[in-house]
Amino acid sequence: MLEKHLICISCPIGCELSAGRESDDSTWKITGNRCPRGEAYALAELTDPRRVVTAVVRSNSPVQPLLPVRTDQPLPKRFIDRLLNHLYTLTVKTPVKCGDVLIDNVENSGVRVIFSCDCEK
Amino acid sequence: MFTYDVAVIGAGVSGASTAYQLGHYHVSAILLEKCADVGFGVSKANSGIIHGGFHHPVSSLKAKLEIRGNFMFDKLQYELDFPFRRNGILVVAFSEEEMATVRKLYEQGVANGVRNLEMCGRDRLLRLEPKLNAEVIGGFFAPSGGTIEPYRYVFSLVEAAVRNGVNLHCDFKVEQCENDGEAWLLTAADGRRVRARYVVNAAGLYADEISRLSGAEEFTIHARKGEEYLLDRNSKARPERVIFPVPTKHSKGVLVIPTAEGTTMIGPTADPADDKEDTSTSSDHMARIVALVRQMVDGISVRDVITSFAGLRPVLDSEDFYIAPSEKVPRFIQVAGIQSPGLTASPAIGEYVKDLLKESGLTLTEKKDYQYDLPRHREVRHESLEALDRLHAENPAWTHLVCRCEKISEAEIVEAVRKGHRTLDGVKFYTRAGMGRCQGGFCSARIMQIISRESGIPLEELTKKGGDSRLLAGRLGELPVQTEMEAGK
Amino acid sequence: MIHLQSCDIAVIGAGAAGLAAAAETAAAGRSTIVIDREELPGGILRQCIHNGFGLTYFKEELTGPEYACRITGLARQAGAELRLGCAVISAVRNADGTFELTLLSAADGVTKLTARALILAMGCRERNRGNLAIPGTRPAGIYTAGAAQKLLNLEGVLPGRRAVIVGSGDIGLIMARRFRWSGIEVEAVIEIMRHPSGLPRNIAQCLNDFGIPLHLEHSVIEIGGRERVEYVDVAPLSDGVPQLERKFRILCDTVLFSVGLIPENELSAELGVELNPATGGAVVDCDCQTSVPGVFAGGNVLHVHDLVDFVSAEAAAAGRAALRYLDGQPAAAKNPVRAGANLKYAIPNYFSPARTTEFSFRPLILSNDATLTAELNGETVWKRRLRHIRPAEMLKAQLPGDLLQQDGELVFNLIQEEVQHA
Repeated sequence: MLEKHLICISCPIGCELSAGRESDDSTWKITGNRCPRGEAYALAELTDPRRVVTAVVRSNSPVQPLLPVRTDQPLPKRFIDRLLNHLYTLTVKTPVKCGDVLIDNVENSGVRVIFSCDCEK
Repeated sequence: MFTYDVAVIGAGVSGASTAYQLGHYHVSAILLEKCADVGFGVSKANSGIIHGGFHHPVSSLKAKLEIRGNFMFDKLQYELDFPFRRNGILVVAFSEEEMATVRKLYEQGVANGVRNLEMCGRDRLLRLEPKLNAEVIGGFFAPSGGTIEPYRYVFSLVEAAVRNGVNLHCDFKVEQCENDGEAWLLTAADGRRVRARYVVNAAGLYADEISRLSGAEEFTIHARKGEEYLLDRNSKARPERVIFPVPTKHSKGVLVIPTAEGTTMIGPTADPADDKEDTSTSSDHMARIVALVRQMVDGISVRDVITSFAGLRPVLDSEDFYIAPSEKVPRFIQVAGIQSPGLTASPAIGEYVKDLLKESGLTLTEKKDYQYDLPRHREVRHESLEALDRLHAENPAWTHLVCRCEKISEAEIVEAVRKGHRTLDGVKFYTRAGMGRCQGGFCSARIMQIISRESGIPLEELTKKGGDSRLLAGRLGELPVQTEMEAGK
Repeated sequence: MIHLQSCDIAVIGAGAAGLAAAAETAAAGRSTIVIDREELPGGILRQCIHNGFGLTYFKEELTGPEYACRITGLARQAGAELRLGCAVISAVRNADGTFELTLLSAADGVTKLTARALILAMGCRERNRGNLAIPGTRPAGIYTAGAAQKLLNLEGVLPGRRAVIVGSGDIGLIMARRFRWSGIEVEAVIEIMRHPSGLPRNIAQCLNDFGIPLHLEHSVIEIGGRERVEYVDVAPLSDGVPQLERKFRILCDTVLFSVGLIPENELSAELGVELNPATGGAVVDCDCQTSVPGVFAGGNVLHVHDLVDFVSAEAAAAGRAALRYLDGQPAAAKNPVRAGANLKYAIPNYFSPARTTEFSFRPLILSNDATLTAELNGETVWKRRLRHIRPAEMLKAQLPGDLLQQDGELVFNLIQEEVQHA
């Protein structure tokens, strides 16, 4: 019996999840979650851990020299460092709106990087 | 190479006061400071008390200069516009034993020629200071005592000196001091050199080293540490007068100080320090200090503490000031051991040193065109709304508040930077921005931006207090992000 | 010329609280002016670029700046006027019951604003090293977590290269991850309590993800370094006393403090608002009305919340109550509410008979099985068993009005069924 313990990050409650399985090939059974998102989080975390990435990029705006950005969905963890190192080299042109796409498809993962604020000038 | 008449080493209260005096005469003088700004050593971190002239017997040099210095402050304040109030000192006793000491101090003060000292019974004391604990049995009142913002006082002295032709070099740490027979050649750590006929050694904690470097007298300055705790300006315990306990052998005790800028300070401790740069604070002292002052004012609470700091007093074995021409080398004035009441004495120290220079052969002719009054400090917190409205019309930065706790405007910060205060601490001590209850949590980033904008120094090169005290480590993106290793751990 | 202006409702602070309150009052047609010192609205949310906000108030997971955009949009669309880059330097209550605020701004100079009601939404400030009197030297490199967050996220500069974080509050945890994501090393997080002060998910995704050690029941006994921070000395605590023989040194150039928040009530005090020592905020009735009639408070200025969503919800309720006040409705009754066993405080401080009221509590214990009870005049009128109680997490309970039919004192107790010391 293999058992792993996780803390769910889907919402502020932070359920303490247990994942167990009989052998390497059997499926994980998740307990401790209070909602289906907990189970989904645990299964993803065990096979393909992902995180929503938030960061800032430089801009040419005199009012907001840094603009916040985020991924529109969790990004596989292995891509995070490269994405951040790339984002810090950018200087973007304003105006931008919340939700405007900065990077369309990070490392072919299907994940986008979008702006997370409005900047008019 | 230009030869100055006088080089003053150390821009603390003693050196600044000497430079201020020299500004009145037709001499060329230069003030040399090892730190990034003036007053950054002993003078920055002390209790800010103008003492009442009763703590020391008049036979000592320090008592003579203390009494004379105290007299000089009103005129200086009028001319130089620094925060100073004669709110009076109370020395209070809680036992008959302490009363005996109080009587001795009172008599010493009278013998020293201090005027208006008043022995007080309990009721009179409580009327003079309602915040005192009711168990007080007696004490005396010294109305000529008061409080001052010591760094602001140093800034003003130096501004007046500079305005009247004295030069100032900061970041000038004297590492060599050689006499070529006619003049002294002073070399700084960074290689800069200054030549001057006379040297005034007002190097505070390092006066012994400067003396040794110069081949003058051998003596040792010991550092005696004092920790102070600053309370929120809303503290209900703030008294009106400075409250002293009866003194001990080595210190005037732990005081409750209503500062000239409206906050309350408690302290100082008095402990020997092995290291002249050791301005660290310790945890056991806070509890001890609070317990001590609560015996005098019980409303003081640990919850009101917004920050603490420590300063070092330069102490000679004699415990007195040592202000005299060197007997070993020519044209060299020692100004050493200026511990408490050095701040009070400082106007008189400057005058005394000026006289010693004259006695040593320096020709001093008074300037007819001495520039007296410094331009008034304009500070949002002290201006009426009508005045603020007018200031806004001149420059909108006057009504842009940067430091919310102490109500400091952008215009005040810009002025500080333009006057040469280019470190975060320099701006803080000049303007009070960052000195309030949030301790710069909200405004430091904004102040740094303003310093950078006005001085042209890139943000990431700004320092807290000069030297290697860099505030930042660079720009985002300069350090590579490498987290995957940890994720695998 | 000193500008004179008047409005129905002045809101002090354009963060998650003030904007939510203003959205309510402006939507009801009351002229509303929101004042904030910053040039852009949103308050501290603007620098909180991470996600995790908005799940209850906007039913959607948002980052701080997105939440700020949304809530600003709500206030503006409702017709609230935002007065930005503007500081309130004094607030007084006039004899006629209106309020006069003195405003300073670079744009307008001096303005005197008369308002019929006030909503306090100033938020809080961070406790800092000075408040704790942490011993040691005073070099560069000592920051509060929020100040460091501002430098990184709004200025794009690095506060240091190698940090130790003091306190495991959420802002500190979030900054641990932000530092790692900016290339800054995080050597450790030091917490004096037995349990973390931040949310579990932040322990997971901000510390565990990066292998950052969390030293519980440890305290920083000294900060060292002359010009820039060079190290901190840390010791384990035993009954709150540092075990100096077991102290260890962590080399670092930066110390971040995330040791709690203090509601910013200096203006409230100037107005004569009664303050509650347990929260640092105002004493309020079930309408978020303070001891000064016409002055309402909501959000972190009232008590420190864990979640911005609750900040907005509470301040929106304060806004609706201010509307009722302007409509001339009588103030809510003031029957005392007291925090009893194992609770640090209960807000509001008063209940009004028959009014359904949502109470907020800060527990003093950690438990996986406890019962929260409400006793009205000694008789238990309500209880609920709770399976997850952490001092870091605020408790909320809505009591239906029909349970609170009589005047008297309402006492809340948190009774442990089983105690767990983490």
